[in-house]
Amino acid sequence: MTQQVITATITILIGVAGSILYFVGTNWLLDRIFPFRDGASPNAARNHRITTAVRPWLFLGPALLALGVYLIYPVFETLRLSLYNRDTTAFVGFDNYAWLVGDAGFRESILNNFMWLLVVPTAATFFGLMAAVLTDRIWWGNIAKSLVFMPMAISFVGASVIWKFVYDYRAAGSEQIGILNAFVVWLGFEPQAWIAVPVWNNFFLMVILIWIQTGFAMVILSAALRGIPEETMEAAVIDGANDFQIFFHIMVPQIWGTIAVVWTTITIVVLKVFDIVFAMTNGQWNSQVLGNLMYDWMFRGFDFGRGAAIAIVIMVLVTPIMISNIRRAKAETKGH
Amino acid sequence: MASVKLSGVRKAYGEMEILHGIDLDIKKGEFVVFVGPSGCGKSTLLRAIAGLEQVTGGTIEIDGIVSNDIPPSKRGIAMVFQSYALYPHMTVRDNMAFGLRMSRSPKEEIDRRIAKAADILQLTPYLHRLPKALSGGQRQRVAIGRAICRDPKVFLFDEPLSNLDAALRVATRIEIAKLNESMPDTTMIYVTHDQVEAMTLADRIVVLRGGNVEQVGTPMELYHKPANLFVAQFIGSPAMNIVPVEGSVANGVASVAPKGGRALSAKTESGMERLAGPLSLGVRPENIDLVDEAKALFSGTVTYAEQLGEVEILYVDIGAGEQPIVVKIPGYHAIERGRGVHLAPQKGAIHLFDAKGNAVEHQIL
Ligand SMILES: Nc1ncnc2c1ncn2[C@@H]1O[C@H](COP(=O)(O)OP(=O)(O)O)[C@@H](O)[C@H]1O
Ligand SMILES: [Mg+2]
Repeated sequence: MTQQVITATITILIGVAGSILYFVGTNWLLDRIFPFRDGASPNAARNHRITTAVRPWLFLGPALLALGVYLIYPVFETLRLSLYNRDTTAFVGFDNYAWLVGDAGFRESILNNFMWLLVVPTAATFFGLMAAVLTDRIWWGNIAKSLVFMPMAISFVGASVIWKFVYDYRAAGSEQIGILNAFVVWLGFEPQAWIAVPVWNNFFLMVILIWIQTGFAMVILSAALRGIPEETMEAAVIDGANDFQIFFHIMVPQIWGTIAVVWTTITIVVLKVFDIVFAMTNGQWNSQVLGNLMYDWMFRGFDFGRGAAIAIVIMVLVTPIMISNIRRAKAETKGH
Repeated sequence: MASVKLSGVRKAYGEMEILHGIDLDIKKGEFVVFVGPSGCGKSTLLRAIAGLEQVTGGTIEIDGIVSNDIPPSKRGIAMVFQSYALYPHMTVRDNMAFGLRMSRSPKEEIDRRIAKAADILQLTPYLHRLPKALSGGQRQRVAIGRAICRDPKVFLFDEPLSNLDAALRVATRIEIAKLNESMPDTTMIYVTHDQVEAMTLADRIVVLRGGNVEQVGTPMELYHKPANLFVAQFIGSPAMNIVPVEGSVANGVASVAPKGGRALSAKTESGMERLAGPLSLGVRPENIDLVDEAKALFSGTVTYAEQLGEVEILYVDIGAGEQPIVVKIPGYHAIERGRGVHLAPQKGAIHLFDAKGNAVEHQIL
């Protein structure tokens, strides 16, 4: 233990010192090779131009290298793996993809992911917007906001543990420790094993992600709402609009760009969803999703070809949303 | 089409009272300007009339109806905001139509009103544009057009010109004056901190300071008969010269003299004792003549001279640590810095203020 702490500390120190040394050192070297500061050098202007052009690349170099090694390279490696057999000994072309199309588990995952996609981003954005609007009108709004935001700080697995208790099932007659079953029994109904009821269990899992993402949506949308000029709402009051009309005709259209960014950001989270399903059902009872399916094949079935093929499918689904999001963000920053 | 009557209107934010009981009678069809320095409560008063602020005391009557609890949209008012407050996601047409749609006006009626407003304000070519594709002056006209479409009984403007550049400001000011002429029945209340706007537009001006009404009157009344020092110095540019003088009364005649200067004899019907003790003498720059030493009330040296062609403005230091006296003389006289001059105010144009700053009606003998 002590040994580990010492090693970690030394590593951090070396890392920080190394970074400082790198930036200071390369900068010094650059000034040495292309001097322009003393003014005496005959090529001062040219050298100044060169150093300004080179310096950003020098400073960005390590980051670009790390990005390349940890992001770009894996993409191509995954693509390659997906074209090979289970232990990467034989090239199989598009066999893995062909298998996917016929696989029942994959179809189930696609269907479930699609349902997640329909429900979670919309619900989280909607609740987030409601929370943002309503908390602005009450004196304990900030406390309410903190409570809504709190789940954001919990890991998906931690959240799943909490909700496992909420959905916990004990046989009829025995005392229910899950709050949902306790409530259902109190109303006079039979307790249910919620996460084992096909189709519906998907929605019980979705609730967890909505619970987490609502806080994110609320914070971003709340900031956007604050940016709406007060006078446009006052003008609408004079024009005779009621609270609902002001909300839908004046406020929402003015933050439409932000709503779209929030919605798409949550969409990406949904496409990658893994931890919640893994921790709650592990894909049983027809609750499989792509993320968990990939994990199953990669690390349980040790079929690198099929696992990689599923990973590529997820990437292909996420990419267009990602691109549209970046475009929108760029357009928005340009507008200001 | 409507009169506006304010009685004892008060507004407080928490402990802090911003308006201290405003009484005001605005006749139907009148163009009234609220003027005063920044932060004196002009916008607050206007917003109270609009119904955007709840007053904490007094009543607001519009068209004889106490409107304190009537929502803004039902008061028959329209407001033009300083920031224009256009709906950024709506075209010019939709901006103007919004209020009418909220009140479920028939489509033909909406089209008719928009066409008319767009015609008056020359906005017809821009009806399909978004506000961000318009210039500042055009946005301002859309804001006015949106108000016209509501066909209000009372038109409210909150510093509508302050975001425009100088040339556009003059042009738009003239347009607003024309608009007022074309809508003789519509009452207009206009807020500004710019006394030139107030003088040129108003039928009557309300001068506000620190949440109180200082004076109400026509532009010429305020100019020629300011009720107190504040109004005297606020209206007119360059501002009225104020010189401390000492008054003493003997045999029913007051003698008023600046420190070490020649005395003037004055009389008043509002109680001679008001002319005793420390007073302020006010005279506008254009009401001072250059005279011979024998007739001078003040003498001093020119510290600065501005030649504007049609007038010359002199800054004359009369010593004794007073503010320099500003003199505006018509024509071109080539008076240079450092020259000694003798000044006398024109007789009918002298203002006297008592120690509290209130004007004292008087005759100079
Ligand atoms: N919502 C508010 N809360 C507290 N004080 C306010 C509020 N609105 C205005 N005030 C204060 O009221 C005073 C008058 O404001 P305003 O009517 O806007 O002045 P102006 O004459 O410049 O239009 C100012 O001192 C301002 O700080
Ligand atoms: Mg104001």
